[in-house]
Amino acid sequence: MENTVLTVKDFSASFGDHQILHDINLTIERNIVAALMGPSGCGKTTLIRCVNRMHELIPGAAVSGEMLLMNEDIYDMQPIILRRKIGMVFQKPNPFPTMSIYENVVAGYKLNGIKLPKSEMDGIVERSLKNAALWGEVKDNLHRKGTFLSGGQQQRLCIARALAMNPEIILFDEPTSALDPKSTAQIEDLFVELKKTVTMLLVTHNIAQAARVSDVTAFIYLGELVEFGPTEKMFTVPKDKRTEEYLTGKFG
Amino acid sequence: MLQDRIKELKKEIVEYGALIEDMIMKSIAGLWAREQAPLREIIDVLEPATNDREIKLDELCTTTIAQYEPRARALRIVLMVFKMNSDLERMGDHVANIADSGLFLVSHAPVKPLVDIPRMATETITSLNDAITSFIDEDARLAQEVCERDHLIDALHDQIFRELVTFMTSDATTIERSLHLIRIANNLERIADLSTNICEDVIFMVEGRVIKHHCGEKP
Amino acid sequence: MHDNVRARLAKDTIFKGIVCLFAFVSLLPLFLILYYITRNGIAVINWEFLTSLPRPTGETGGGVFNAIVGTLVLIVLSGALSIPCGIAAGVYLAEHQAGKLGNAIRLSVVVLQGTPSIVIGIIAYLWIVGPLKTFSAFSGGIALAVMMLPVIVKTTEETLKLVPYHLKEASLALGVPYYRTMLKVVLPSGMSGILTGILLSVARITGETAPLLFTAFGNQFMNVNIFKPIDSLPYRIFYYAMSPYPEWHSFAWGASFILVVLTLSLNLVARGISAKWKIQY
Repeated sequence: MENTVLTVKDFSASFGDHQILHDINLTIERNIVAALMGPSGCGKTTLIRCVNRMHELIPGAAVSGEMLLMNEDIYDMQPIILRRKIGMVFQKPNPFPTMSIYENVVAGYKLNGIKLPKSEMDGIVERSLKNAALWGEVKDNLHRKGTFLSGGQQQRLCIARALAMNPEIILFDEPTSALDPKSTAQIEDLFVELKKTVTMLLVTHNIAQAARVSDVTAFIYLGELVEFGPTEKMFTVPKDKRTEEYLTGKFG
Repeated sequence: MLQDRIKELKKEIVEYGALIEDMIMKSIAGLWAREQAPLREIIDVLEPATNDREIKLDELCTTTIAQYEPRARALRIVLMVFKMNSDLERMGDHVANIADSGLFLVSHAPVKPLVDIPRMATETITSLNDAITSFIDEDARLAQEVCERDHLIDALHDQIFRELVTFMTSDATTIERSLHLIRIANNLERIADLSTNICEDVIFMVEGRVIKHHCGEKP
Repeated sequence: MHDNVRARLAKDTIFKGIVCLFAFVSLLPLFLILYYITRNGIAVINWEFLTSLPRPTGETGGGVFNAIVGTLVLIVLSGALSIPCGIAAGVYLAEHQAGKLGNAIRLSVVVLQGTPSIVIGIIAYLWIVGPLKTFSAFSGGIALAVMMLPVIVKTTEETLKLVPYHLKEASLALGVPYYRTMLKVVLPSGMSGILTGILLSVARITGETAPLLFTAFGNQFMNVNIFKPIDSLPYRIFYYAMSPYPEWHSFAWGASFILVVLTLSLNLVARGISAKWKIQY
């Protein structure tokens, strides 16, 4: 139990009358990459947005069941406190256009009005950029705008921004779907590196990506968790017929 | 990711090859020293260990293909490991056969001093060792050499066969023991053959050229 | 067939010609206005004209110093009143695209924009000048603020709608509270658009005369007390132009020239800001 970062118990979510997720159950251990895969519209993005309660931005959102972060009920916490413990990286790289690279990395502190001494701030920036494998490319341009970077670099900047907050878990919402193959490969390599320090939950509709980078995979179909288990097992001998069909390209 | 996996696969293969070489050495040493213990160890411990290794490597290859979708050279390496894996497992079975006959032979008086069989074993071990080395170093030339050397082992095998036929025709009491010695020679020959198979695959892996069943022919 | 093509090509040429002609015609008034104002106005512009007060009838000389100061006071006053309201309303509209209150605000902004300025002047007169029992800069500022409001609301709304949603998400996902997200991420990202809107609305009210007639009224003397009547450029132009003296007529041209230069430069600065400070998302 101590190694569990995220627990989802009988979790359902709906927007208005439309139920998106049905009784999801899964647990995610520390320092792994967990992939959520499934065809478009299956609810995988909704599921990770429920983890940091970003789904509440959409009117009519309602959930039932339980979701625990480090044994604390996510739905008993203040969203703004919760979200500081959970990093999130989006589909489209979204550095803040008004801020420099430096300011972007510490945006979580700056925007929240958390004051830190300059030396500590510098340390956070350097460590986060190094962990996001971006330090070498930007260390001489820290005070340039983040939007001058290439798409892949911008996405790594967003990862650095998430890392700077020392999150328990980072949610990735199809982080490479807007990137070229080379940047995608860099980000995938990064996942393997980051696993040493942080837990990651990755939504992807790229089956091959889920196979390459994740340790455990959940297959979600029509809002149901069809199968959840070690990636190598799921990709060689899936238990469920629907997983088999999805992996062999029969639908999705 | 994929590169790490390939490193792991290569490491497993090297260890597996070393295990088989060690087993051949032990079997012949046991035969030479007329000791049962090493032969028993092969049958009871080492051969089952090769089977476990085969299953483990099999899974590793399958998951590598399923997870990383290797292409081109990487794919050839994984496929190669997959085949070497079953070749090595077969070799393990052959060594077990040798040990089996060895157990019979050490409990009976020797037919003749062992000369050619240890020589053949040495050659076989060299072939296997070179085969594995050529795979690790991706050295097509070394692989080619192993293929070309195979006829030496074949010649030794023929010689042993002829010699033992002479023994058997002159003294019927040696038939059973001689047959066991022939079995040992046969198994060594098979092991050497499997080593050349590996070398053919190495040449395919490195150069993408199929030389199967044309081994020894100049390119 | 062949003739048909030729006829079409001819029509095409004629159409292009007509478009060019009308485009030129629509530019003509602007150039004529600029030409006359410059020709008649530039002659009277000198240091004394800019820095002295209007003189009583009969005396020669005098200037528009109090009018320039008055206009600046009115701009600051109306800006201080309308910018916070306008931006807040624009933020509300951008954040609540649907909904009853949003639609009500949107409709009233359109109506307000279409309301004749003299009507706004009368309302300000009834509500502020009446109870305070005096014309004042304050009442003029309110009238002008009401006129600025729709432009600011509209440009703020449109600019903020262009700020990508994923920036807001990025901020909220960092645990930044909603109000800080709006103030520190969304508004700064739309700053160039909002600033442009403010400058354009200032340009719009700088030339307004009608609402000032009932509110700020005009003042011969220097005044910076916002609860007293205050002078303004449009009012001064009106006053000088209505007079029977040729010298004052030329003063009206001079004041007009200053006003036009002011509005023109506001417009140019606004354009510069929106081009240069454009944020890349």
